[in-house]
Amino acid sequence: MDRRSFFLAAAAPCLAATADKDARFIVEARFYEKLPYKKIKCTLCPRECVIDDRERGYCGARENRGGIYYTLVHSRVVSAHVDPIEKKPLFHFLPGSLAFSLATAGCNVNCKMCQNWEISQVRPEQVPATYLPPSQAVDIARRSGSRSVAYTYSEPVIFYEYMCDTADAARKAGIKNCVITGGFIRPDPLKELCRRVDAIKVDLKAFSEKFYKEIVNGEMKPVLDALVLMRKLGVWSEIVYLVIPTLNDGDNEFRGLAKWVKSELGTDIPVHFTRFHPQYLLKNLPPTPVKTLERAKAIADAEGLSFVYIGNVPGHPGENTYCPKCRRPVVERIGFTVKAKRLRKGRCQYCQHPIAGIWEA
Amino acid sequence: MHPQVSRRSLLLGALAAPGRARVIVARDPRLQSPGQGSGLNTGRLIALLDRAVPPENWRRVVRPGETVGLKVNCLAGKGISTHVALVEAICERLQQAGVSRRNIIIWDRLNSDLESAGFRISESRDRIRCFGNDTAGYEDELTVSGAAASMLSKTLTRLCDAIINLPVLKDHGIAGVTMALKNMFGAIHNPNKYHPNACDPYVADVYRMPAIQRKVRLTICDATTAQYEGGPSFMPHWTWPCNTLLVSEDPVALDTVGWQIIEQKRAEKGLKSLKSLKREPAYIATAARYGLGVNDLRRIDKIEV
Repeated sequence: MDRRSFFLAAAAPCLAATADKDARFIVEARFYEKLPYKKIKCTLCPRECVIDDRERGYCGARENRGGIYYTLVHSRVVSAHVDPIEKKPLFHFLPGSLAFSLATAGCNVNCKMCQNWEISQVRPEQVPATYLPPSQAVDIARRSGSRSVAYTYSEPVIFYEYMCDTADAARKAGIKNCVITGGFIRPDPLKELCRRVDAIKVDLKAFSEKFYKEIVNGEMKPVLDALVLMRKLGVWSEIVYLVIPTLNDGDNEFRGLAKWVKSELGTDIPVHFTRFHPQYLLKNLPPTPVKTLERAKAIADAEGLSFVYIGNVPGHPGENTYCPKCRRPVVERIGFTVKAKRLRKGRCQYCQHPIAGIWEA
Repeated sequence: MHPQVSRRSLLLGALAAPGRARVIVARDPRLQSPGQGSGLNTGRLIALLDRAVPPENWRRVVRPGETVGLKVNCLAGKGISTHVALVEAICERLQQAGVSRRNIIIWDRLNSDLESAGFRISESRDRIRCFGNDTAGYEDELTVSGAAASMLSKTLTRLCDAIINLPVLKDHGIAGVTMALKNMFGAIHNPNKYHPNACDPYVADVYRMPAIQRKVRLTICDATTAQYEGGPSFMPHWTWPCNTLLVSEDPVALDTVGWQIIEQKRAEKGLKSLKSLKREPAYIATAARYGLGVNDLRRIDKIEV
């Protein structure tokens, strides 16, 4: 039985319960302020939408009903798979393990290059969903042999309450939690989240506010602030930078990013430069030349970052983890598969140098 | 082609001069009066509609055999949505113009919104249909227009040949005002994405999507009750019995005139102008720049009837 078949079999009772008007999906939001005249201000993400009664925020997944703010997507899963953790990608977090991966509909930005726009840029009622409460999600994770639950595909910040409740249940069951996010979240909810999860991968879309404004429909500074806070709170973090031809592929941008990472986050945070493929609203651009990714890696390496990867180019040596001291490969990968792991208790097998990351459950 | 010089411009019995637009302002101070509650005098409402759009002129708006969609605005519930009585009167006039009742569809975003405004959901093909986009669904493909990229309601794209736009006259806390142009946010799957920057240029970008721009034949703005502050939600203390219908083939001109009415009421109530509050509806000017209509009051003929 393959992974997808396993999931479908395990989730069959839940799938049968699909009902898009089900009150089970609707739970009061945790971060908002009540304003006069039944208006509310959402305080989950930096957008801070002020929302009238019967209206929704930018994400489309939260609604003001009579002055009380609700998430509409608790346990309302639109995508669920058992994935290799390398697909996230998280390279320094339980390599070679499986992650039970969940998403609901909605997103708090609108990236023109989104690869999951059919679920991220729609409202919850516009896509088929499955009722999958936290306990059942964790049960499927356990039965599938997943060592973590991954909150991913769309934008987990907008299904914050479901993510937190599932993370609590997973932790109780001895399963770790990882978040795949754009990092567009306010400090208070991020602090609460960091108490519950073990790893966060942040899609840093570019190193320019202009790009964030024009291509992402968001802001960069809150994302940088969130990265700093994650590191301060000790949550394992990795950065993915999708390199898009002509839009965010300048040497100065790569250098600026590397310098900022080194000074604000340190040299041991992994940075993945990944290959863009044309989709959604950027179908007019070509895939990223591999040489551009190699140039980005060379610049970041030269600035002193220890773990710089090339992504979406299966078989490229830039997928491997090299010991920063002896330069030998300590984790070898091809695509999402780990071919060899030469680590012992988080140290290089050859020279015993500690390699930053979470290597064992 | 400018909307006011199209073949349908015979609506009012005469063509508007080139570069100009016409907005009919039909008022009846006794349409509703204090003490009547929310009840409209239905007979007076029908008479007002007939003054705004003479019954014989409906044949110039729609043709027998066409399927006509009535895009209402029901987001705010019964307090300030397109009135059922007005929609019923328009359905009557459409049928008299030769449109079969089976070819009339009352629609908005959600069934629940329609129900909250007093409409009854009906998908039966032997009567006037009424349903939300959640019943009809959306196209799978995106329509891209300027800064907007959306999936369009199948009611608009597949079911209807012509649209009569039936907004209400309201203040809007983000967009400034909401009337003809913004009502078409109800035709897309992702209006929540297009409220930054006071909805500019998104409202204009959505309206100029070909399926919208080409199909909307006429706007009749239900300003029987209007709201000058606190929108888009219904705030009864900021509404007033405006007792008016605004009618135009030019959505930009209609929004310009409606905005003026809101500003006048705000001034009368001692409230600051939308411009000074930095929520001037800039999307109206953008729509004019796109050629969707006229926003210069000097080039808009307001015809009081």
